[in-house]
Order: sequence, then structure tokens, then C-alpha cells
Amino acid sequence: MAEFLQFLISGLTVGAVYALVALGFTLIYNASGVVNFAQGEFVMLGGMVTVFTSAAGMPLPLAALIAVGVAVVIGLMLHRFAIEPARGASAVTLIIITIGASILLRGIATIVFDKQFHKLPAFTGDTPVDILGAAVQPQSFWVLGGAAVVVLVLYVFLEHTLLGKAVLATAANRLAARLVGINTTTIMALAFGGSAAIGAVAGILVTPITLTSYDVGTLLALKGFAAAMLGGMGNPVGAVVGGLLLGLLEAFGAGYISSTYKDAFAFVVILIVLFAAPQGLFGRRVVERV
Amino acid sequence: MRALVNHRILTLLVLAAMIAALPLIFPSSYYFRVASLVWVSALAAIGLNILMGQAGQVSLGHAAFFGIGAYAVAIGPAHLGVPPWAALFLGALLSAALAYLVGRPILRLKGHYLAIATLGLGVLVALVISTESRWTGGPDGMPVARLTLFGWRVAGSDTWYWVTGGLLLLGTWIALNLDETPTGRAFRALHDSEVAAQVVGVDVARFKLQAFVIAAVYASLAGSALAFMNGFINPDQAGFLHSVELVTIVVLGGLGSVVGSIVGAAVLVTLPQVLTVFHEYEHLLLGLIIIVAMIFMRNGIVPSLSGLLFRRARS
Amino acid sequence: MTSKTTLKFMLAAGALSVGLSHGALAQGTVKIGSVLSVTGPSSFLGEPEDKTLRLYVDKINAAGGVAGKKIELVIYDDGGDANKARTFATRLIEDDEVIAMVGGTTTGSTMAMIPVFEEAQVPFISLAGAIEVIDPVRKFVFKTPHTDKMACEKIFEDLKKRNLTKIGMISGTDGFGASMRAQCVKVAPNYGMQILIDESYGPRDSDMTAQLTKIKNTAGVQAVVNPGFGQGPAIVTRNYAQLGMTATPFYQSHGVASKSFIDLAGPAAEGVRLPAAALLVGDKLPESDPQKKVVTEYKQAYESATKQPVSTFGGHAYDGLFILVEAMKRANSTDPQKIRDEIEKTKGFVGTGGIVNMSATDHLGLDLSAFRMLEIKGGDWNLAQSGS
Repeated sequence: MAEFLQFLISGLTVGAVYALVALGFTLIYNASGVVNFAQGEFVMLGGMVTVFTSAAGMPLPLAALIAVGVAVVIGLMLHRFAIEPARGASAVTLIIITIGASILLRGIATIVFDKQFHKLPAFTGDTPVDILGAAVQPQSFWVLGGAAVVVLVLYVFLEHTLLGKAVLATAANRLAARLVGINTTTIMALAFGGSAAIGAVAGILVTPITLTSYDVGTLLALKGFAAAMLGGMGNPVGAVVGGLLLGLLEAFGAGYISSTYKDAFAFVVILIVLFAAPQGLFGRRVVERV
Repeated sequence: MRALVNHRILTLLVLAAMIAALPLIFPSSYYFRVASLVWVSALAAIGLNILMGQAGQVSLGHAAFFGIGAYAVAIGPAHLGVPPWAALFLGALLSAALAYLVGRPILRLKGHYLAIATLGLGVLVALVISTESRWTGGPDGMPVARLTLFGWRVAGSDTWYWVTGGLLLLGTWIALNLDETPTGRAFRALHDSEVAAQVVGVDVARFKLQAFVIAAVYASLAGSALAFMNGFINPDQAGFLHSVELVTIVVLGGLGSVVGSIVGAAVLVTLPQVLTVFHEYEHLLLGLIIIVAMIFMRNGIVPSLSGLLFRRARS
Repeated sequence: MTSKTTLKFMLAAGALSVGLSHGALAQGTVKIGSVLSVTGPSSFLGEPEDKTLRLYVDKINAAGGVAGKKIELVIYDDGGDANKARTFATRLIEDDEVIAMVGGTTTGSTMAMIPVFEEAQVPFISLAGAIEVIDPVRKFVFKTPHTDKMACEKIFEDLKKRNLTKIGMISGTDGFGASMRAQCVKVAPNYGMQILIDESYGPRDSDMTAQLTKIKNTAGVQAVVNPGFGQGPAIVTRNYAQLGMTATPFYQSHGVASKSFIDLAGPAAEGVRLPAAALLVGDKLPESDPQKKVVTEYKQAYESATKQPVSTFGGHAYDGLFILVEAMKRANSTDPQKIRDEIEKTKGFVGTGGIVNMSATDHLGLDLSAFRMLEIKGGDWNLAQSGS
């Protein structure tokens, strides 16, 4: 039981980070149809900027705020200078642009910061909490709670504000949204900014557990993308479920099956799910227009 | 039609002339090495372009087939006593078989779902290669026996320049011809609209599978060539980042353009060599160049530039 | 049309690269080459190597060079990609025409480059860990870091002294971790070690509690060994403490031998043991120790120039460079063949990694005494009291 619980919490913690990255993917994808492979770099920015500003003497909450701010500015710039000028280009072209952006951001990070690994102190100490025999880092609760807050805020924003509804309308049908007077460019900028903020928050929350460096983004982008697809691209609920599921698959795979093949295990499950449900768990069926 | 045939022959002739002429301006064997790398990457990219550009199906795991080809010529002679040249064909056969087996279920998926499924396939193959170290030498890789053909030991940068150049010519010739066969036309119909293609009676599933198998064989042969050329191979060549690099070559050069894949490979292979003078700014510049190139040549270098030239010629 | 564009482009690219290639060697300089993983997953190894080489080549040149010739250092970054390393190796040989090479951050890139140097008959001093670099001996290939096999032996020796014979292993699946794991499994029987459980984790994994829980729940495990490098071992160490396993002795490898490991792992690192070079405990060595002078001088020079804590990785580059420079002095020549012969005759060279005695059958020249068993106490490296 204690063992099961240990795997469960480990999986949920890692999964919550995947979920936030997947949520970032989803937000941008819904507003613009772009699969943003630079999503992992927002997580890196969140962690690295917090590490460096707090090392410069800034109190942690302020450092975190600055990190989110920096990520948002970079997200907006990514949209303004890389995505917007290529408006109307094919989906693969846009993907390659975001891959270029991720290489660029990593390159900048090596110059502005460095190539070393960095840590951040846990928000509320390192003493593990005992839950029915499982030892849990207090930071795990911050990650889970933080992710829950982000999801909740996003939900309220999308369902209960006018701007949020405009985002949903743009996601549903960009042309129709424009016809009813929604400025879809602003909505897209908003999505990039919001997605960057979510990524940065994930980076700040998880750095005390996982450490950070200029190149943590690549793997997170891959895992976040996988999570988003598992849940069904374009569905925020799917992104969260997909992320948590992927984290749990890895933890239980490592715990009960084989730690060497745990990534394989996760991808085999993704393949099986997709064969059974080609639109992911919560995806919409898309009818191809001829 | 005649114009098309001529265009094809012209492209091949120019490519052949270029391969023959480049050594005249090469100051050292290092340039042969870089050019051979361009030819190998171009070969893999041309194959992937048949799948992506002509049949309109994305693959984010294509390096898996590259890796299978590479490890076939490494493992075959070292562990199974297969002669190197036979291992090359065995690798291609294995890649084709794998593509055929997984192709049917995977190719039912569309767009990004296909991307993640192929990505998963790539991750699985790379993981097996780097884990089963008894056979593959693990993450540090393994040596590859030299290729010998009828007693001729194929070695040296210069020799491999000609061998890979010849392979590229062959691959280009096949791809250009495929373009104009009924299969090629079916591929393009798929690319434009799967539903429409189905309506006019194209067996969508069969042609997608064909494109996938062809692309896998191209990648496998390119992988074998690289492994022979280096005399050493490691799992990076089968990894996710290499898959992304192949896709980038195809898109940067131009989806659906055979020449584009060669240009894309030339750019992406030589850029890091040229950018070394900028030291730590190397990656920053590489990213910037990719972004700017895609913004201003959104259909890829070759289609965009040739479009520009045609427009100018007309006006 | 399209083909013409291509041709023009290719010619332009060709012309550009021709323009970038250097002219003939300047009078009175010799070129030494290096291919390092300054970026990529092994950048924490490659970066100190890069800084060390640049720092000391400048120092050597300021002092008049080697045998009246200035050294021109040519460094390329392979980004951790073995195929790229292979291309740069060809570039060093064919284009830059270096007389020797000190580099090869990872075993993967070293192994990919070996054929180039063997074929060109140019000496290659590798900075990679695995034993396969020098076993079997290749005529032109040498290396400075202790092998992973030696690390296993040193750890097992220490375990034996403590009467611990049943161990659990958790290894990284990167090149370093996988190679050392294989060596440990191989030499374990020689020391009477029994590996009860053998787990692994990916080089980028962020949580290893699942694997460690399995080890914790395996009955009879008396000690745990973690072959790995990068941030992985720091996370393993933190998770180890989190799960309350610190009563079981925990061994890291020489792959974490830089101060940043203690910093990253924090208080969880207390009591962790690892085999490492004397460099890390320079200030704690007795005055009589032959390495004392070299390691304190290097540490001082490196830290004041880079403002970063010294690591044994940079030390390997230091050793490689000076083994080469000494050999060049003895050979009094820039002929690669003669330099190679002199490198092989290196005897009693005091480096940061140990006292190097090479021979025709040993291209490393270090024995187990080069490794010190360290224990982390009070947030710093300390020489472990053996048998405790």
C-alpha cells in the first residue's frame, strides 16, 4: 500500500507538470492552430529566471513574478515576430518556426544564464511528510496545488469572462469569430502570453524538485505534446487528464514493470489508445471539409 | 509532358554535374566529408518528402528507420556473420517490413495524431537500440565493419563522397520518376484531400502505406551509408532530435520538392560547420536563420525561390 | 529553374566555406585541436574542459610557448553529437592540420573520432571515461580520466572493507551510467559483491522515487551504488534522503565530482561516498602528498579565471594538455609520430588525476591509488576514513 501510494504521488507530481505543459500546447493550438514546440522553453525560463533573480537577492515571490513576466513578454514576442509574420503558412511550416524558436531561446539562455544545473529551495522546507507510509516532499503539494489553481483560473476565465468566451469562439471557428467582431490577432497574442505564463509557473513550481538548466525544455515539450495528444488535442480537460495519466504510467511502469523500459511503456499505451480512439481520449471528431 | 521529362533529366544532369564538379573546388578531404553528409541527409529527406510532401503524411519518428539501417550493417557482420553488403539489404528489408506492419494502424491517424504515433514509434526503436547493449553497444554505440565489395575496401572520405553521391543520384532519379507515375499522382491526390481522393477511387490506405514503406527504405539506406562511412554508429542517429532534423530539412527545402530536400540538407548540414566561427552564438543564429527562412520562404526554399523567379520572368 | 537555383546556392555555400578555411600555418606556431561537448547534455563536462584548455594555452603562450613555438588552439563544439564530432575530427586533421588532439568529452564522441586519428596517425588524448577507449590499446589513442572499471573497483574495495557485500544499483541510461553499470556488474564477483537489485533511470528524469522505493523494499540490501552523471545523481540523492534510506551507505561515482553536486543535492548529500581524484580535496591533502602542489595551483588558477568551482572534468583536460606539452618538449619536434612515442613514454607525470605512468600496453597510466575515497561531510569533500 505504502509502495502504491509512493508511486501514485510521484506519478501525479510529474504528471501535473506534463499537464501544465500540455495545457500550454492546447491554449495556443486552440487559438491559432499552431503546435508550439517552444512550449518547454517557457518552463525553462520560469525556472532559470527565478533562480537567477533570487540569486541576485530578490525575494522568492518577487523573483517568481519577474520570471512569469519575462516568459509572458517572450511569449508575446514569439507571437508578434515569428508567428504573426507567417500567418497563413501551412501547419508544418509553423511547427518548424517554433522549433527554430526553441533553438533560439536555448541559445539565448546559454549566453544570458549559463550551462550549469541550478536548484531552487523548496517553498516550505525539505522535511518529507509521511502519508500512510509514503514519504512525500512538501513541494509535491505545491506542484499539485499550483497546477489545480492554474486549471481552475483558466476554467473560470474561459467559461465566465467575455474575453475567455472570445478565445473559445476563436478556437471553435476562427473565421466565424472574426465575422462576429472578435479581434483574432489579439486573441492569439493572449493565448501565447497565457501559455507562456502557464509554462513559467510550471517551471517555478517544479524546479525545487527537478532542478533546472538551459535545456530542460526539449524533453518536457515532447512529454507535454504526448500528453496533449493522449488527452485529445484542443481539449483542456484532455490535456490535464493526459498529463496526469502519462506521469502515472511512467511511475507505475518504473515501479511495477521495468525502469529501463518505462518510457516505452508510456508510449505503447499512447499508441494503443490512439489505435482505439484516433482522436485521443477527449478529442473531437473532425470532419474533413472537401 | 515532354517538358516534364526534360525537366526531370535536366535536374538529374545538373545534380550529376554538380557532384562531379564540386571536388574541383574542395581544398581538403574535410569538404568531401561534409558533402557526403549532405548527400546522406538528402537521401533520407527525399524519402521522407515522398511521405510528407507527396502523400501529405507527417512522420516525427523517421530516424527510427535511419537507425535500423545503420544498426543492421553494424550488427549483421559483427554478431550474425552476415556480409556487410547483405546487411545493407537486410536492413532495408527490415525497415520496409516494420513500416508495413505498423503502417496500417498508424496511418489511419490524421495530422498531429499521426505525428505523435510516429514519434512514439521512433522513441520505442531508439530506446530498444540504446538499451539492448549486448547487441548494440548501448548508448555509447558500436563500431561498424568496413564495406567490402568484390575485394574492394570502401574507405576514405573521397571514396564515400562518390558512393553517397551515386546513391543520391539514384534516389533522386527514382523519386522524380515516382512523381510522374500513377502512384505519384495518387500520392498527390492524397495530399490535396484524402476524402476527394477516396471519392475518385484512390485506395487511400494502400497508397499511404506504399509511401510510408518507400520513405522507410530511403531512410534505412541512408542510415546504412552513414554507418559504413563513419565506421561507428550510436543511438543518437535513431533518436527524436534526428527525426526533427529530417523533418526540418524537408520543410525548409520545400514540401514536395525533390531538389528542395537536397537544398534543405545542404543548408542544415553545412550551417553548423559555417557557424562554428561564432562560438557561443552558434545555436542562437541557427534558430534565428530557421525562423527567418520559414517566414520569408514559407513554402520552403526551393518552391519559394523558383516561384519568385517565375513571377519575375512573367512580369 | 529550380536546379539552377540549387547549383548557385551550393556553389555559394562551397565558396563561403572555402573562404572560411584558414591559410597556411603561421611561422612559429603549432596547432593543437580539440572537439568538446561544450553544449548539449554533457555541457557540464565540456564547458570546464573548454575553459581549462583556453586558460592554459594562453598561459603557455605567455610564457613563450613550447620549444619556441606558440600553440594555436582549435576547439570545436560537437553539442554531444557523435556524428558531428566525427566531422569536426576530420576537419581538424584535414583542414586545420593539427599535430595532436586533446578532447572527446564523452565516450560516444571519442569512439566515433578514434578511426579518424588512427588513420591519420595523429595522437589523440581523450577526456572520456569508459575503459573501451584504451582497451584494447590503440597506437595513437590515450586518455586521462580514470576508467569506470576503476571506479567500480574502488567502490567495491571500500565496501569490502566495511563488510558490506549485498548491494543495490541505480544507474543512468546515458552513456556514462550504462557503461559504468556494465563494468560494475562485470567486476562485482571479483570482490564477492552480490547485486540484489539493478534499477535505472533516464538521463532527464526528474523523479526516481519509484526505483528507489523498489530498492528500499528489497530485503538485504546493505549499500546502494549510483553510476551516473549530470543532474540525475543529485535528484537520486535527494530522493534517497526523502525516502529515509540514508541509514544504508550510498555511493556515487566520479561522474559527480564537482562542487555543484553537493550544492544541487543539498543536505541530502551528507554521508555520500564516492571515488574521485585528489583535486577535490586539495586543501585537505597532507603537505607530503606529491599531488598537493599541482592540484592546489590548478584549483586556484581555474577558480580565479572562471569564478566557478573547480571540477575533476576540467582537471582531465589540464592533464591531457600537459602530458602532450611535456611530450612535445621531450620530442623537441612537431612530428605527430614522434610526439606519440613520447606520450607513450610518460613516466611519473603528476597531474590532477594522479601520477601517470604510461607504457606500450597502458595508455592511461593510472592505478587505483589515483582514486581517493571521499565522503561528503559538512557540505564539503573529505577523505573517507577507510573501514569505518
